[in-house]
Amino acid sequence: MSTVRGGEVAAGRSSLRGGGVAASIPLLGNDSEPTIFELSANQRSSCSFRTTGIEDYPLDKFIPKKHLREDEVQLPQVSERDLVAHFTRLTHRQYSVDLGAYPLGSCTMKYNPKLCDYVANMPSFANIHPGAPSSAIQGWLEVLVRLEEILCEVTGMYCATLQPAAGAAGELTGLLLMRAFHDSNGDKRTHIIIPDSAHGTNPASVTLGGYLVTTVPTDSRGCVDVSSVKKVAGSNIAGIMLTNPNTLGIFEEEIVEIAQLIHGCGGLLYYDGANFNAIMGKVRPGDMGFDIVHLNLHKTFATPHGGGGPGAGPVVVSKRLAKFLPGPRPVRIADRERSFVKTNSKPEHSHSSQVYGWEMPESSIGRVHSWHGNSLVLARALAYILYNGSDGLKHASEMAVLNANWLRKRLSNNYDVAFDRTCMHELVLTLTKFKKDFGVRAIDLAKRLMELGFHAPTIYFPLIVDEALMIEPTETESLQTLESLAGALDQIAEEAREVGASSKFHEYPSTTPVGRVDEALAARQLIPTYDAKH
Amino acid sequence: MNGRGFTPHTEEEVAEMLSFIGINSIDELFEVIPEVIRLDRELNFAMAMSEADVIDEFDRIGRNNKANSDLVCFAGGGAYDHDISYATRSLAGRSEFVTAYTPYQPEVSQGVLQAVFEFQTLISRLVELPITNASLYDGASALVEAVNLGVAQSGNNRVFVSKAVNPNWRAVLRTFAKGSGHDIIEIDLTNGVTNWDSIISLDSSDKVLTESSMQLPGVVVVSYPNYFGCLEDVEGLRSWANRIGALFVVVYDPVASGVLIPPGALGADIAVGEGQAFGTALSFGGPYLGLFSCKQELVRRLPGRLVGETLDSNGRSAYVTTLRAREQDIRREKASSNVCTNQTLMAVTCAIQMSWLGRQGLKELAKRCINATNFLRSRVLEVDDIFALSDAPHVRDFAISLPVTADVIIERMAEEGFLAGIALGPQMESDEYSNVLLVSATEKRTLREIETYVELMRKVIK
Repeated sequence: MSTVRGGEVAAGRSSLRGGGVAASIPLLGNDSEPTIFELSANQRSSCSFRTTGIEDYPLDKFIPKKHLREDEVQLPQVSERDLVAHFTRLTHRQYSVDLGAYPLGSCTMKYNPKLCDYVANMPSFANIHPGAPSSAIQGWLEVLVRLEEILCEVTGMYCATLQPAAGAAGELTGLLLMRAFHDSNGDKRTHIIIPDSAHGTNPASVTLGGYLVTTVPTDSRGCVDVSSVKKVAGSNIAGIMLTNPNTLGIFEEEIVEIAQLIHGCGGLLYYDGANFNAIMGKVRPGDMGFDIVHLNLHKTFATPHGGGGPGAGPVVVSKRLAKFLPGPRPVRIADRERSFVKTNSKPEHSHSSQVYGWEMPESSIGRVHSWHGNSLVLARALAYILYNGSDGLKHASEMAVLNANWLRKRLSNNYDVAFDRTCMHELVLTLTKFKKDFGVRAIDLAKRLMELGFHAPTIYFPLIVDEALMIEPTETESLQTLESLAGALDQIAEEAREVGASSKFHEYPSTTPVGRVDEALAARQLIPTYDAKH
Repeated sequence: MNGRGFTPHTEEEVAEMLSFIGINSIDELFEVIPEVIRLDRELNFAMAMSEADVIDEFDRIGRNNKANSDLVCFAGGGAYDHDISYATRSLAGRSEFVTAYTPYQPEVSQGVLQAVFEFQTLISRLVELPITNASLYDGASALVEAVNLGVAQSGNNRVFVSKAVNPNWRAVLRTFAKGSGHDIIEIDLTNGVTNWDSIISLDSSDKVLTESSMQLPGVVVVSYPNYFGCLEDVEGLRSWANRIGALFVVVYDPVASGVLIPPGALGADIAVGEGQAFGTALSFGGPYLGLFSCKQELVRRLPGRLVGETLDSNGRSAYVTTLRAREQDIRREKASSNVCTNQTLMAVTCAIQMSWLGRQGLKELAKRCINATNFLRSRVLEVDDIFALSDAPHVRDFAISLPVTADVIIERMAEEGFLAGIALGPQMESDEYSNVLLVSATEKRTLREIETYVELMRKVIK
């Protein structure tokens, strides 16, 4: 087969006329889909514009010619029918939660309720300008205030900012809160402690927060090594960032001792909420001793991941950090006497009938978002919370942990669990033996699993586990799905033991829309746009 | 029944699973949590509700919002009330796009990857820069990342930013500068355009700063058009930035760039913008998407994700996230950005809406917005006691000075069913702007709406 790129692989291409080619096998075809640019033909169009009655003046009446571009932007020219066919065919080349299980560790790919889609599309929420006066957005402010109250209760914290657009944005916001806190005490601290099992965003955020990383190791039980924390805890430590349960899926049992050590040296505790799905209604970061918490609403609170966003990463804090929170903050006006607010903070033009308004915390670090955060994601999360209720959230965590432990037990016949003890919402396997004995690596297993119809687990993370395979089933997968997944993993374990498995596994996957993708070639010969090669 | 719809487990199955694990109760799974910190009560908020009850509740809450059907929207300022095609709504709402994860396994993620690749191409064509990432959180985060990149590349953390850059974005930039330590210098305005002469002399070639003690910047940021809708001359500034080796960052408006000289042709090293106008509803400010493009030589420092084209094992075209070695999960504390989750769904939406608009449609959209805004501007300036902030050419926003504070006018206009604009006083954090209103008209605004707006303004400013 000749080596071709783009839509050229499809037969019968007539590039002279433009307009591309129709997909040869639209029904379940595995042909490459031409790009939208190849489907373009001069003077085709989809768009239409409303009648306004405004006289159409020539552009140069308002804009001097020197500011105007000469050519039109070379956007594709396609009919609406072809546009719809193109993007629909792309969706047929895409796995998703709605299609099946997505057991990615640390990603909490639970089912995204349709009810929340409905809420996010309600015109009374979606069609609101973010700069509208507070008299026109009382409903939105109610959503934000109620969500904040529930997030505080579920984490055991005092108040929140809903502005951060994702977990990493929450982390950086949290680190700036730490900095503001220490600065206000005239306390110059330089380092943040991070376990070697932490997510990569943690150390990256620390650098952007202007701090240096002190790494502490994991002990033989899969927990932070407390004696190492004790050794480094000192007057240079601004705080520690922990995920609990940690990325090995194990609860940090010595969290109380760690909190005492960090608070004892004047530092603060930051809770990375990536794994919060394990503990709702069971234990709260605030009660563990954390000062700052971020939550990933696109994990724990079921807002869809959108192929890589949007997310939302609200940050919830204890009382002593409240006055540093980003602003303006949505508030119930009756709560306005709360001590951390600027005394001269008043709404822009308050009507007595208004229940909700904005306010600026006394020593706010400032804005962290263009507007108020990923509002529609926040509304989805509130809808999810109201549906589940306090009892349903707790049940969700219980079933998530039950599912993970069932899988841990079920898989332990054929696989080595990295730290084989009761786990929380996820488990980590290590494929060291498979690599050594059969030449089959975690990536090979992942690709084979996809061929068998399951999305792969997270691989090669956490970094401290060799050939790691990190599985998070979530509470929304049934026992039947888990049995089926375990069956597929058993089959793979059998296959790995067969003669010649190593080379055979390199050929997987073959039943997916494309075969194994050459990632090295992509980096070596960068083609970041259609025009880069034409 | 209520609150259990998303967990499939029957009681029988739970018992079977517990027995398989070798324990007697769910509580045993949580015994690893020290008793002293375990929550010994139920969470203190409402118990589960039915789906219908949740929807009723949101219906009730939503009635306390005034949507753009209740308030005719003349507000812009980085968030615009555009029509969204039903093709875009339908396609972008498909669950394969909505419920997919980040495409870490490219073999089963070609749909999202190719859509993002097309997005990158569309934005690169729009701005005339060869590299565009897969989006950032919003316009503000794109600006922050541009400045971070510029500082890293120039090795100079001094940043000159025009005060005519979106004030909310500048606020975000100042917040994050507290961590990065960047030295952000904001340049004052005169009549709605940046007064670069207040700090530099663009004509002389060597001693460019009026205050000799001042160090040269590593990054210069200008907005074209600026936040007040005005077009500034940026050519002199660009050559000055080039001469002193500073990176030139241009904040642009993606709709206006449909007819304006694009940032790449203006000499931008990095171009950043807010992509909401292409297919994303006003959404009370989010989720939106930050647009980020740059020159080829900056690609190794690019923040966020980048999709590249490659081949699969059969030599067929395929797409994959690439240059991953830049990213936080690999470089950890040495990474220049911590971005992980971005706004992929909005980028896919943007690609669909831009393709729906097409070559003629984008130009027509830009013309209609500029035409309506300038028509409204000329009409509203006929009202006694309303004055223009600037006489520079205007694109899709304009600022007017009122005889009373803008907040008051906005409330009075809201009672009449109009969102009059954005009050600049609080945003610019200056009393100088307390009577200034920022107004915009998109392609949705009709002659009748504009005439009513002007008549109402005449009435309410009295």
